[in-house]
Amino acid sequence: MGRKLLLEHINVPGINTFDVYRSKGGYAAVEKALKTLTPDEVVEEVKKSGLRGRGGAGFPTGMKWSFLAKPEGVPRYLVCNADESEPGTFKDRYLMTHIPHLLIEGMIIASFALGAKTSYIYVRGEMMPQIRILEKAIAEARNAGFLGKNILGTGYDLELYVQPGGGAYICGEETALIESLEGKRGNPRIKPPFPAIAGLYGCPTVVNNVESIAATVPIIRDGGDEYAKIGIGRSTGTKLISASGNLNKPGVYEIELGVPVEEFIYSDEYCGGIANGKRLKAVVAGGSSVPILPANLILKTINNESRLMSYESLSDGGFATGSMMGSGGFIAFDEDQCIVRNTWNFARFYHHESCGQCSPCREGTGWMEKVLHRLEHGHGKLSDMDLLVDVSKKIEGNTICPLGDAAAWPVASAIRHFRDEFEWHVTNPTEAVSRNFGLAHYADPLSKPEEVA
Amino acid sequence: MLRVENVNHAPVEFSAALLNKFADLVSRYPEGRQKSALLPVLHETQAELGWLSVPAMDKVAAYLKIEPIEVYEVASFYTMYFLRPQGKYMLEVCRTGPCCLVGAEKIMDHIEQKLGVKEGDVTADGLFSWRGVECLAACGFGPVLQIGPEYTFYENLTTELVDKLISDLKAKANN
Repeated sequence: MGRKLLLEHINVPGINTFDVYRSKGGYAAVEKALKTLTPDEVVEEVKKSGLRGRGGAGFPTGMKWSFLAKPEGVPRYLVCNADESEPGTFKDRYLMTHIPHLLIEGMIIASFALGAKTSYIYVRGEMMPQIRILEKAIAEARNAGFLGKNILGTGYDLELYVQPGGGAYICGEETALIESLEGKRGNPRIKPPFPAIAGLYGCPTVVNNVESIAATVPIIRDGGDEYAKIGIGRSTGTKLISASGNLNKPGVYEIELGVPVEEFIYSDEYCGGIANGKRLKAVVAGGSSVPILPANLILKTINNESRLMSYESLSDGGFATGSMMGSGGFIAFDEDQCIVRNTWNFARFYHHESCGQCSPCREGTGWMEKVLHRLEHGHGKLSDMDLLVDVSKKIEGNTICPLGDAAAWPVASAIRHFRDEFEWHVTNPTEAVSRNFGLAHYADPLSKPEEVA
Repeated sequence: MLRVENVNHAPVEFSAALLNKFADLVSRYPEGRQKSALLPVLHETQAELGWLSVPAMDKVAAYLKIEPIEVYEVASFYTMYFLRPQGKYMLEVCRTGPCCLVGAEKIMDHIEQKLGVKEGDVTADGLFSWRGVECLAACGFGPVLQIGPEYTFYENLTTELVDKLISDLKAKANN
């Protein structure tokens, strides 16, 4: 059994209330931080832990914190990114629903480390039930003296507010989130300046994912070195994986980074194998924007090594034969699923969610959706695959924010690995609307890579 | 003026309770940054009025001391704000990839048949609207559906569960 740092007490009845959370050792990390550590020492512990941003980018959290500008007399802000909208990712909703005080405790620790006196949790607007849960948890923490003026008699003041979004995927991008928090459309800003210099209201701001902030609780409680002992290489600690699709036991799992992908899919401790006795066809390992991989490449790397659930192993092979950890949205496709239909679905999503600010993304996502729609519905041409790759290349890297890349990668990778399935849709248009291509050779063992002389 | 046609843009009044909520929301931001309250203020306004008419948005603009265009551009950008009247209950089904792997499209077909209206339309009794929405972040428990205005959430949907939800809401509305 892997160690659980975030979800250890998830099944304790009443863990969503302050009293039960406190009785399980909750808020001890806040006491330790505020009473025995300086803000810089808290940052130092997070650096030592090797924690990498859990929202998708994987940037070291401690380093991000140390970039925060600290000019005299200017307020600094911490904003928690709870705008969880990446298809395949649902860990933050789960955490906020079941153990909201873990996020509140992390917010207090992180705000103290950064010197923020007012912090916001930006929750996507659709999560109204979670907003109500968090507001109740904040009121409980305030009544117990963990929020407000002079917390625990240490002289540290903190106000914490929940801000609802309006329903826009783009607001998960940190500068779009800041714009939205200022009451504007969620159009990402050009960087630099980075939020660490000029963020919310032009003040130095840190934006962190829910899970990153929650992870600071065990880091401060046990020490950064202790946290860094878990995991593998530069992938330290535990990670919440959102498992969905055709699995026997979909859900949120906390894994020690470095668990083999095969074990994660097939062992009873995690997903328990593919549902209905089917076979695995493909996996999107880190949320819809990362490259999709066929079964053979997700289980083994091109060098025939077992692929692990870690930042490095999932990206082994680059985009040619690898993928990314992303936000940990693990979507499994069984042999009955149609890759073309799914790629069209994702393309429609990105077209719908493009903010429209940059032409390559605004126009390109629309064209990709249209071309994929005709492929799926039996009106495609053999030249469409090259056309899609061409459009995706013209979006990638040519936009202000990463939504363009996120829209381009799933399309380009689906054609890279499943080209024969796309071609079959063109050559067998009537058959393609009545049945699916099936598993084909996508789960076949890999051929040995050629030795490089 | 924002072009939203064929709908009633009669003047509106905000209740005292709604204005109290506005005041609480505005107090969360630094002096002079009251525009930050715009998104939550629009949510509260829509919860009270059912949708955001141009006069309602103009009133919000006046309250927050911003230009009306600053409200229109936000209300038309975010998908949760309704610029035309909707059914009393809005059924929103997730239509993104992971939910489609486990049958979301069948659920949407079923709702369309059951309510007898197309996506985005309102039933004759004014009670229901439905639409497909993008990922609701519950992919492991799909298909999923949320029902406004409270955004109550239902997971692992079946057609039987959908039938029950609809008949329960009808009974609730008739009481």
